[in-house]
Amino acid sequence: MSEINTAAYNYKVVKQFSIMTVVWGIVGMLVGVIIAAQLFWPDLTYGIEYLTYGRLRPLHTNAVIFAFGGSALFATSLYVVQRTCQTPLISNGLASFVFWGWQLIIVLAAISLPMGWTSGKEYAELEWPIDILIAIVWVAYAILYFGTIMKRTTSHIYVANWFYGAFILTVAVLHIVNSAAVPISLTKSYSAYAGAIDAMVQWWYGHNAVGFFLTAGFLGMMYYFVPKQAERPVYSYRLSIVHFWALIAVYMWAGPHHLHYTALPNWAQTLGMLFSIILLAPSWGGMINGMMTLSGAWHKLRDDPILKFLIVSLSFYGMSTFEGPMMSIKTVNALSHYTDWTIGHVHSGALGWVALVTIGAMYYLIPKLFGRKNMYSVELINVHFWVSTIGIVLYIVPMWIAGVMQGLMWRSANADGTLTYSFIDALAETDPYYGIRLLAGVIFLSGMFIMAYNVIKTVQAEPDADVK
Amino acid sequence: MNENVNEFWDWWIIVLVVINLVGCLALLYWTRKVKAEDENETTGHIYDGIEEYNNPLPHWWLNLFYITLAFSVVYLVLYPGMGTDYKGTLDWSQEKQHEQEVQTAKEKYQPLFDKYAAIPIEQLAQNKDAIGMGKRIFVNTCFGCHGSDGRGNPGYPDLTDNDWLWGGSAEEIKFSIVNGRTGVMPGFGPMLNADQLDGLVQYVGQLSGHKVDANAAETGKQVFDTQCFVCHGNDGKGNKMFGAPNLTDDIWLYSGSSTNIAKTIKEGRTGVMPAHGEILGDAKAHLVAAYVYSLSNQNESDQ
Repeated sequence: MSEINTAAYNYKVVKQFSIMTVVWGIVGMLVGVIIAAQLFWPDLTYGIEYLTYGRLRPLHTNAVIFAFGGSALFATSLYVVQRTCQTPLISNGLASFVFWGWQLIIVLAAISLPMGWTSGKEYAELEWPIDILIAIVWVAYAILYFGTIMKRTTSHIYVANWFYGAFILTVAVLHIVNSAAVPISLTKSYSAYAGAIDAMVQWWYGHNAVGFFLTAGFLGMMYYFVPKQAERPVYSYRLSIVHFWALIAVYMWAGPHHLHYTALPNWAQTLGMLFSIILLAPSWGGMINGMMTLSGAWHKLRDDPILKFLIVSLSFYGMSTFEGPMMSIKTVNALSHYTDWTIGHVHSGALGWVALVTIGAMYYLIPKLFGRKNMYSVELINVHFWVSTIGIVLYIVPMWIAGVMQGLMWRSANADGTLTYSFIDALAETDPYYGIRLLAGVIFLSGMFIMAYNVIKTVQAEPDADVK
Repeated sequence: MNENVNEFWDWWIIVLVVINLVGCLALLYWTRKVKAEDENETTGHIYDGIEEYNNPLPHWWLNLFYITLAFSVVYLVLYPGMGTDYKGTLDWSQEKQHEQEVQTAKEKYQPLFDKYAAIPIEQLAQNKDAIGMGKRIFVNTCFGCHGSDGRGNPGYPDLTDNDWLWGGSAEEIKFSIVNGRTGVMPGFGPMLNADQLDGLVQYVGQLSGHKVDANAAETGKQVFDTQCFVCHGNDGKGNKMFGAPNLTDDIWLYSGSSTNIAKTIKEGRTGVMPAHGEILGDAKAHLVAAYVYSLSNQNESDQ
């Protein structure tokens, strides 16, 4: 294999996005902790309209998904595409444009959402001028990424790039279709769709944001960093083909499970449920391929905390992709929908899968980018691992309990046919679980501060001479 | 129900569903077997040092995939899913499921509701069981505006203080629940100069016993007697015909601060109680009325 000049690789944009991953992770999770505190102490920010729950909640979701997760995906995809295609990015100018464009979008989101400028579409709250900016930056990213793939010096395209590629293409389509709107002023627009169709378009977007942004993109990350860190070949090429094609075909259908027992026609609800169930095997294909890559090297888990992050992230991925299909079954959904069970499910995916795989990848990537062999403190990575894991478990378990309890309380009826509990009764019962969840959020966030300290120390340290 | 949907889209859905299901199966069929010599062999590609084995698909995973596909095919025969026209052999729909559940509940509970519906509200308000049922319907239907304890919110009346905008007799309460009410206070801002507005604020405060500037209140009274008396009455005690509040009892729908009184006079207010007759049905509305009535007319044994 020919050795190519890695000095020409654009690591600047990877460094920028990697550092911002940590920064936006802290910001997004801090806002999460604030809104968790508001649920426990409802009067916490009383009287300040910019800090109400309704305005901060979309700020939290946008910050963790698109600022933290997005930066991680930009950083790793632009690193992986250069490394596995053995070619530098096609344009350094375009790379800078993508970085600064995305940061501008995040800052605009951080201003506009607390101002209350929102399209009202979940995970797509940003108003139309920002939506247009997102579309422009995203197209630039697609040109940068696929352009680099086009001029690769390897004969084949590595599986990580299939997933990154599917993520980039699909998110472009999802964003543009769902954001179609009629502006009435600079800060207000109305959706181009109406009624049940608007709801369907929104959840086609919403669930595929989960499927392609939070799943396919991060599977791309997994397919590079797990074999790299484990120093083992990927378990099965053929499994990666099957689960890739099945995953991207089947995910497209799953959106209607967000609209069970609504004005959406029965046939659409059925298809949403069935394709969600079929999705179980393709999802688990990725988990199996990641986990089994470690077979023969399980002992490495004992003292490699980065590998612990990566493997435990796959466990949470497997768990939430079992839970998801189960919750899409109508009878289960009738209980779980609108309860905190959904919040627990989302966080087992978002914290357990997305955040852990990102953190693991960053601990692998950051020392390499800054010319070090290792992070400043491997022991602190281990501490971060345990702090995160405890935080996640402490988060999702109370939300499961609270969710099932709410579902049961809401449907409980007396002998005379009246409902046993009022809404406020269920809310009062949920209160202690909100307290535990707040504590869990604080614990997970404190892990991010440990990471930030470790990253700062690593960046500040003298480069190791023998690292290429 | 969906006859209007173009037949093309029906087939569009069906064909896409079949392509996806068959596509999954075909993918599995083509890749399920591995030549013995390929096992534990890598594909030969190396990407940045990463190699790939070409291990076979795990059996249990393949079977899991097959089971979900088989389940889906059976489900699509039984339930609606293949396009907008096919209803499934079970002829199930969420609308039918809902109707059946409502029907079952009716058969089970209607006799009890009918029994209470026949009893006058004043009398029902003395019946602990009936009040309990009315309360549970109230806390799940009316709480959003009036609060779970019926004490209201700014703009939504307190139902426990025996002060009524539209009258507090049993019949009037039930009428409010079944048919709803809309109370409108017009905005007088454009018709008043600053002295008149301030005077009115002082006078309205005075009516409720607030400490006010007596001279200004006198100016306000003159305006009141030419304008406001139409709805609120000469004595300011209101008129339940229009839902015009009594201004003399120091009970305020939108708080009694001078700022708020001024805002009300300048900009007006519109209060809407939506009609609940169709939502609750007569029997439940009857029970809720009894509960609301009981909030201001305590059970004798409780007094």
